[in-house]
Amino acid sequence: MSLISVRDVHKGYGDVRVLERVNLDIDKGEFCAVVGASGCGKSTFLRMLLSQEFPDRGEIYLDGEPLAGEPGADRGVVFQRYSVFPHLTVAENLIAAFEFQSSQFFGRLFGAARKRAFERVEEMLSGVGLARARDLYPKSLSGGVQQRLAIAQALLAEPKVLLLDEPFGALDPGTRADMHEIMLNLWKSREMTIFMVTHDLNEGFRLGTRLLVFDKPRWDPQAPDAYGATITYDLPLEDAADIDLSHFQTKPTEETTHAEP
Amino acid sequence: MKRLINRKAGGAGSLILGALPFVLLLVAYILASDARLDANPNDKLLPSFASIADAVDRLAFEPDKRKGIYILWADTAASLQRLGIGLAIATALGLVLGIAIGLLPLVRTGFAPFVAVLSMVPPLAVLPILFIVFGLGELAKVVLIVIGIAPFMVRDLSLHVAQLPSETLIKAQTLGASTWQIVTHVALPHAMPRLISSLRLSLGPAWLFLISSEAIAATDGLGYRIFLVRRYLAMDVILPYVIWITILAFVIDYLLKHLSRRAFKWQAEEGGL
Repeated sequence: MSLISVRDVHKGYGDVRVLERVNLDIDKGEFCAVVGASGCGKSTFLRMLLSQEFPDRGEIYLDGEPLAGEPGADRGVVFQRYSVFPHLTVAENLIAAFEFQSSQFFGRLFGAARKRAFERVEEMLSGVGLARARDLYPKSLSGGVQQRLAIAQALLAEPKVLLLDEPFGALDPGTRADMHEIMLNLWKSREMTIFMVTHDLNEGFRLGTRLLVFDKPRWDPQAPDAYGATITYDLPLEDAADIDLSHFQTKPTEETTHAEP
Repeated sequence: MKRLINRKAGGAGSLILGALPFVLLLVAYILASDARLDANPNDKLLPSFASIADAVDRLAFEPDKRKGIYILWADTAASLQRLGIGLAIATALGLVLGIAIGLLPLVRTGFAPFVAVLSMVPPLAVLPILFIVFGLGELAKVVLIVIGIAPFMVRDLSLHVAQLPSETLIKAQTLGASTWQIVTHVALPHAMPRLISSLRLSLGPAWLFLISSEAIAATDGLGYRIFLVRRYLAMDVILPYVIWITILAFVIDYLLKHLSRRAFKWQAEEGGL
């Protein structure tokens, strides 16, 4: 059975139809990249997966259960901005995931549990290359490092699916290429399911195992809002991911970089 | 020659420029005072520094002949106690209600219009009500300060908490945070620096309400003393009292500013205010 099932979802705001007849099945372990023109409803769709907004019609199932009515630890998220807590250091941001889940009242861990959590945090810190920044506040980190922190933080909560809303959109091209590599490594080593919204088609091809395109199949020039968007292309990219990974190695000195088409 | 908008003062220059208005005011006072005292040695309006120093010495460093207390310090203690209690209650209200209204939609729907209307009530207009209800003692004065500044603090803080990016709130929920944890771990740290700056902005109104209530009904306090000696045109007492109140207000503001910088290092720098 698929991890996420979307059945005939419709969504609109007033007279504006944003999405209509969206059907989708995502299997466990897929890296699903979503592209589309701005205003096509891809971000609205992601917010519905988060339970930040709700479909007008249709159902969304996670693991066979209807989606909870509010955001929860089963779905992790990284936004383009504001994804980390500014008043916590890097290490504190990471440990927050454990503290929220295990200590409902104090939001603090004690004794052995605290020690175990710190071990996991240290592991993650070195895994995403944040070990040297552990005691810094987010304001003194660059955009790319902040997003790395946000991804690490989301992963520590061990969600069933990781939702990414244009996570690399605000980064410069070099940093973005580094982030792609880190993202792919994390995805492969942890066998996660990822659903990523992006406006960058290349990014979608490079990272995804599957590319979804949101677009309006019907278009009335007299009433551009009368029809909503839906999934118009659904491309499996299993092999493409490998090719792209080697193609976008960030070390220009390597011979292999030039061998790729 | 650079344009005026591009010219800045250096280290010593900025010190001199900053001191200049104070020096000018002082010089103007001395000249005016001398001129008036020349014409009439008994003039009370602009007393000489000698008579001001006399008055300060009498009030601050000699026990009062009738009561045996040092009047300036007794007045200061009484006023600061009222001010401190009033500010503490208003700050606590601002923090609790501000976070509740800013973060919880149900509380916002219920309370926001009420607080918005309440903050439009002119506090001094209800002072007679406070004297009638709470009597002429300490309570009415403290309540006036609270009524005067708490609505502003509640509104300011609730607006600030409502500006928490929805991304941050969603992120906390996806990490498994409960409402209480979001309050203590997200909203509270977000609100604290603003609470301090809101308190700093409220200091002026708080002093205003304190001195008003002391002027009308009190037996001690800085405001009481000023209005008492006004009957004798005792400018030699009023002027040092006003300066002393200004110094107190300035020191409190300075301490709060540095507390905020020290305690919330994670803040982005925001100018030299």
